[in-house]
Amino acid sequence: MALKESPSQTAGPYVHIGCAPKAAGLEPRGMGEPLGENMVPVGGERVTLDIKVFDGEGAPVKDALIEIWQAGPDGRYAPSSRFQNWGRQPSDLSTGVAQFKTLKPGASGDQAPHILVWIVARGINLGLTTRIYFPDEDNSTDPVFALAGERAETLLAIQTDTGYAHTIRLQGENETVFFDV
Amino acid sequence: MTDTPFKPRDLSWHPPALSERYRSTHLRAPRQPLLHMPQTETELTGPTFGQNDLGPLDDDLITNYAAPGETAQGPRIIIHGTLRDEDGRPVPGKLIEVWQANAGGRYRHVNDGYLAPLDANFGGCGRCMTDDEGHYSFRTILPGPYPWPNGGNDWRPAHIHFSVFGDGFAQRLITQMYFEGDPHIALCPIVQSIPSDDAIDRLVARLDMERTIPMDIRAYRFDIVLRGRDATIFENQMEGT
Repeated sequence: MALKESPSQTAGPYVHIGCAPKAAGLEPRGMGEPLGENMVPVGGERVTLDIKVFDGEGAPVKDALIEIWQAGPDGRYAPSSRFQNWGRQPSDLSTGVAQFKTLKPGASGDQAPHILVWIVARGINLGLTTRIYFPDEDNSTDPVFALAGERAETLLAIQTDTGYAHTIRLQGENETVFFDV
Repeated sequence: MTDTPFKPRDLSWHPPALSERYRSTHLRAPRQPLLHMPQTETELTGPTFGQNDLGPLDDDLITNYAAPGETAQGPRIIIHGTLRDEDGRPVPGKLIEVWQANAGGRYRHVNDGYLAPLDANFGGCGRCMTDDEGHYSFRTILPGPYPWPNGGNDWRPAHIHFSVFGDGFAQRLITQMYFEGDPHIALCPIVQSIPSDDAIDRLVARLDMERTIPMDIRAYRFDIVLRGRDATIFENQMEGT
């Protein structure tokens, strides 16, 4: 039986209700715990990762929801009680910064350490997939980084006092590379 | 199976990044085409969830925000269906998250100031897992249509937002479910950003009288499809072994 994938639709401006309820102002009441808030960064180099998304006019996008998926420090994708590999944060409704407390990933196979980033928001019809690479790692042999060619710089985070920060530009000059995976 | 890549996504089936009539896309749609990349372990894997991650009332929006003994206002409905991949295989054990406006078309969200009142007994947030046959189900109330700022007189059809996880992050999907017979479906710029009527039809839930519980609650059926595995590569691998 051949079926077609369900078409995507925007997550809309109220995505927080379903995926990051505290940002919506929703009290927990009868619901279970929110998912993705706490990545349990234990057993490796703890870093904060600040992600900020900008639109085509350079204005911060303050209603996005961002998910990350990454290898652990050992380069493996094996969620456990020590580290969850998956995290989810809303862009702050006033500053636009989505902050993750995570562990720095290790290299896996021929891939340099990297983090998959998935962005949904009002005005985004199909979730956007990109990657973050690290400026203090050797990315020269990573096949996906190489694919981005001269735009690969848009995938590089910058170092901060507590970890890394990364700017994602949805449109225009220095537009971030988004992947068809 | 985990190593078998997913089928390429048919981007012409999904709404394009830039939709002229949906104004929020104008400054948020990338101008560059998506860069095709091979799937790696990163995209073939993804987070897993279990019933233990959910609360006992997560699949019941009628009561999960209500005061003891009370229920949300609005027509009571069950939403149910099967999560499959493009090869028709049920996808068991996957997390589905839903969110929606109340019966008056108002969201319980700090940024929603629509005239319709909040319902003290309705939060609008729910979650469930697909069972061994890929089936999911939750109870809620029929959401109301509401106006939204898009430069004109635009009203959203009644809808429920769905967030769906698959086996790998490449299958991650967020979409919206609409209700059979709603005249706003044909008028909505967000719905109509989907290129074909055939594709739009896949997002329209059908009244399901068989699952309706007499004198209690009506049911709507909404089946969801995630990307399938790339059979050509799998067969080639088999031939090679």
